[in-house]
Amino acid sequence: MPGSPPDPYDVAVVGAGPAGLAAATTAADHGCATVLLDDAGRPGGQFWRRAPGTAEAGTDPTADRAGLGRVLAGLLADLGRVDVRTRHEVWSVQAEPAGFVVRAQVDVGEVAVRARTLVLAPGAHDRQLPFPGWDTPGVVAAGGLQALAKEHGVLPGRRVVVAGTGPFLLPVAGAVIARGGTVVAVAEAGDGTGWLRGPAALLGTPGRVRDAAGYAAVLARHGVPFLRRTGVVEAVGDHRGVTAAVLARLDGAGRPDGGSRRTVACDVVATGWGFTPRLDLPLGLGCTTRVDRDGSLVVAVTARQETSVVGCFAAGEATGVGGAELAVVEGRLAGLAAAIRLGNAPSDPPPARLLRRRRALRRFAALLHAAHPVPPGWPAWLDGRTTMCRCEEVTVADVDEAVTDLGATDPRTVKLLTRCGMGWCQGRICGEPLARLVAAMTCTPYDPTSMATRPVAVPLTLGALATGPS
Amino acid sequence: MLATTASDRPTRAPDVVVVGAGIVGTACAFAAARAGLSVVVVEGGAIAGGTSGAGEGNLLVSDKLPGPELDLALLSARLWRDDLAPWLGPRLEYEAKGGLVVAPTSEAAAELGETTAAQRAAGVAVTDVAAADLPTIEPYLAPDLAGGAHYPADAQVQPIAATALLLREARTLGTRVLTGTRVTGLLRAGDRVTGARTPSGDLPAGAVVNAAGPWSGEVAALAGVDLPVRPRRGFVLVTAPLPHVVRHKVYTAAYVGDVVSDEAALQSSAVVEGTPAGTLLIGASRERVGFDRTPAVPVLRRLAAQAVGLFPVLAAIPVLRTYLGFRPCSPDHLPLLGPDPRAPGLLHATGHEGAGIGLAPATGALVAQLLTGEHPELDLHPFRPERFAA
Amino acid sequence: MTESFSFDGTVVTFRPGQTIGAALLATGTRSWRTTRRKGRLRGLFCGIGVCFDCLLTVDGTPDQRACMVEARDGMEVRTQQGVGRAGLAT
Repeated sequence: MPGSPPDPYDVAVVGAGPAGLAAATTAADHGCATVLLDDAGRPGGQFWRRAPGTAEAGTDPTADRAGLGRVLAGLLADLGRVDVRTRHEVWSVQAEPAGFVVRAQVDVGEVAVRARTLVLAPGAHDRQLPFPGWDTPGVVAAGGLQALAKEHGVLPGRRVVVAGTGPFLLPVAGAVIARGGTVVAVAEAGDGTGWLRGPAALLGTPGRVRDAAGYAAVLARHGVPFLRRTGVVEAVGDHRGVTAAVLARLDGAGRPDGGSRRTVACDVVATGWGFTPRLDLPLGLGCTTRVDRDGSLVVAVTARQETSVVGCFAAGEATGVGGAELAVVEGRLAGLAAAIRLGNAPSDPPPARLLRRRRALRRFAALLHAAHPVPPGWPAWLDGRTTMCRCEEVTVADVDEAVTDLGATDPRTVKLLTRCGMGWCQGRICGEPLARLVAAMTCTPYDPTSMATRPVAVPLTLGALATGPS
Repeated sequence: MLATTASDRPTRAPDVVVVGAGIVGTACAFAAARAGLSVVVVEGGAIAGGTSGAGEGNLLVSDKLPGPELDLALLSARLWRDDLAPWLGPRLEYEAKGGLVVAPTSEAAAELGETTAAQRAAGVAVTDVAAADLPTIEPYLAPDLAGGAHYPADAQVQPIAATALLLREARTLGTRVLTGTRVTGLLRAGDRVTGARTPSGDLPAGAVVNAAGPWSGEVAALAGVDLPVRPRRGFVLVTAPLPHVVRHKVYTAAYVGDVVSDEAALQSSAVVEGTPAGTLLIGASRERVGFDRTPAVPVLRRLAAQAVGLFPVLAAIPVLRTYLGFRPCSPDHLPLLGPDPRAPGLLHATGHEGAGIGLAPATGALVAQLLTGEHPELDLHPFRPERFAA
Repeated sequence: MTESFSFDGTVVTFRPGQTIGAALLATGTRSWRTTRRKGRLRGLFCGIGVCFDCLLTVDGTPDQRACMVEARDGMEVRTQQGVGRAGLAT
């Protein structure tokens, strides 16, 4: 772009997934000087997975694939007036008198980007629940398997068991089949797809129903067993990795029936329990959060997508997991609200059709959350040797010792005593499960907040931190 | 929520209520319980949820000039090494790693030499180290330092484990612990403090020990007495896990000056040390900003720059996280330890600033002596809590 | 022209745009790291750069996420034992 970049920008958007793309293009449409930052090498985020050089439809099962694919392709093509900064790993966002400063690590240096308003669209990642053997090579996140298959054309093995809960398991299984792998079984911990016949069709989201039915048909055609109320309660392996998965029937609370255990040979177990938003930056800024009905910590926002921090907006999974189309709708609303705040757009009520769409999609997301809960009986899957924290190799027995022997009554104290959550990933994988387990062990309310707070949102070197800009 | 550990309800009021389940409070509880007293510990948040969970776990004599605090530190270091470390076991992670103070300039080195001479005369084990010998002790130190001093008696523990272990031992001796329970008032009979009030009910007791760290002033105010304890914020940077790169707790001589400074503005000096887990802890900053928890990026940058200045190899090492805490500070930087003549029945055990972990066992021992009527084994006059009253 | 990187001395080819992790998995390699406390094998887990399980050393720099680093011709990739900076140990 000619000339030097604006300082400050009118709008800084963090995260270039569907929500961020929609927010940035909308803000730019209203004449705002807009910068869009993302840590990946190209925009698109997690929900939009395509092989380099091709444009495929989005893989969100809760989306009308063809329609959403067109929308996202349109957004990507519309970035001409946005200053797109890829490979920018944002480690801190802070409020200043005139707006916000976004600090990002780039290569081994650091930049500070200033803007009058801020849209946070950090997205989400697969929620994981530890289980015996989940740290054996070959056990992967469902989203990770999909990324490998769709973006790189690679499968980590030939015989895959897909397990967990939620409609996302279906397209993951589909991706394995599309790449020539075998799906040994899909193990859904919940009731399954009862919502298909329920009110979903009445909520104006028939596309979702069509998509799910489409995936189910693919599985049926390939003879893939779709096992309801079933979980992978153990991954078995040797020194090279996973060799088998132990399936068990689950009761209504998700507790395994030991007598129903059976072992199936496989070399990959792909697990996912829905998604959990990345709240490092909103928490660092002091945004008010709440626990959504799927147990995820999310940012509280107004009807205009504004957070409790004036001038800071949030959109997409961060405000409540609900899929790519909802993310686009929220992104548009957030970009518009930022433009209004800057005086670049009249402060009329937002377009009614956007509000209607958001309402419908949020209702649908709530329905899905209710149909695919994290099973409260999950702690019964664990034994003392189960790894709780992969990074620091902390076991369930270590957590138990902290609670029963050392008197810890909350996740933060358990973390400080056991090092659970203090490794490289800083509790991104184990934080929520630890909070659930500690709540169950101590009979205290589930609170994921202390495990989600990370003033340093990505690792940066001491040298970069020492010499970075003010 | 009142949670009892003993199955029988006690039939009489406890001898002492300890306010605060940080390192000082739990050390007091354990010492009192060992002396045969019945104890209830009341903690508004979680065990070690305040200052004790936000430090580095150091037990230092190196940073103390001859005087009452050094005497307290020497006694306490002995109690850690000979009494508590064996008693509490390997979970404590007691490590006698030693401290190394380095002087960046020849003036600083000369000053350090005077300090070590005085400390040596007061009973501290310390060896002066010439600049040429520093690499033997710490291979990765910057090459341009002017000299140093080695303190073999400096040690480290895991501070949250230490707090939890002390409390566990106290529980074994009958101590009750109430977490998530704030003290909202103190019970009085005339001037006398006769217990504590909580939202769950009243706790009559023979005595109350105020070990509430940076919140001790608020607790004292419940008895109508002024205790000038103020928070002094500090940040710590934590690196990715590393192999054994830094052998001691290493810090620059300016650290001691920062501790005793009255400056409200940022004081910072390089402090770098390893942990059993392999991460490096980098400090140390001091600011008077009340209880502001917003990460101050300029402070974090300064800490990083100082660490890299001391150990250039660290420039490529990633920082994984940062945490902050509030040290409880008194106007003359000495703890407030002893009975409050303005409120008989109330004892204070606070104001340890950044030395709480190290000074806790001696504090506990002295408080137990005061509670049982034994003669305190140290002169407590310099620590008398009423010394700032007009 | 087939591009490749070396992995512990072995030649690994890759398609343009593939990450090191994807390329290794395509060869059937599922682990390239041992944990520092218990020496357990790890490879790729979350696949999107969040879990930091897939760390390996690239061109001498340790702690690189295999799932995030795009493979480049001539890269020297090594498995990472423990903390991966063993050369630093005093």
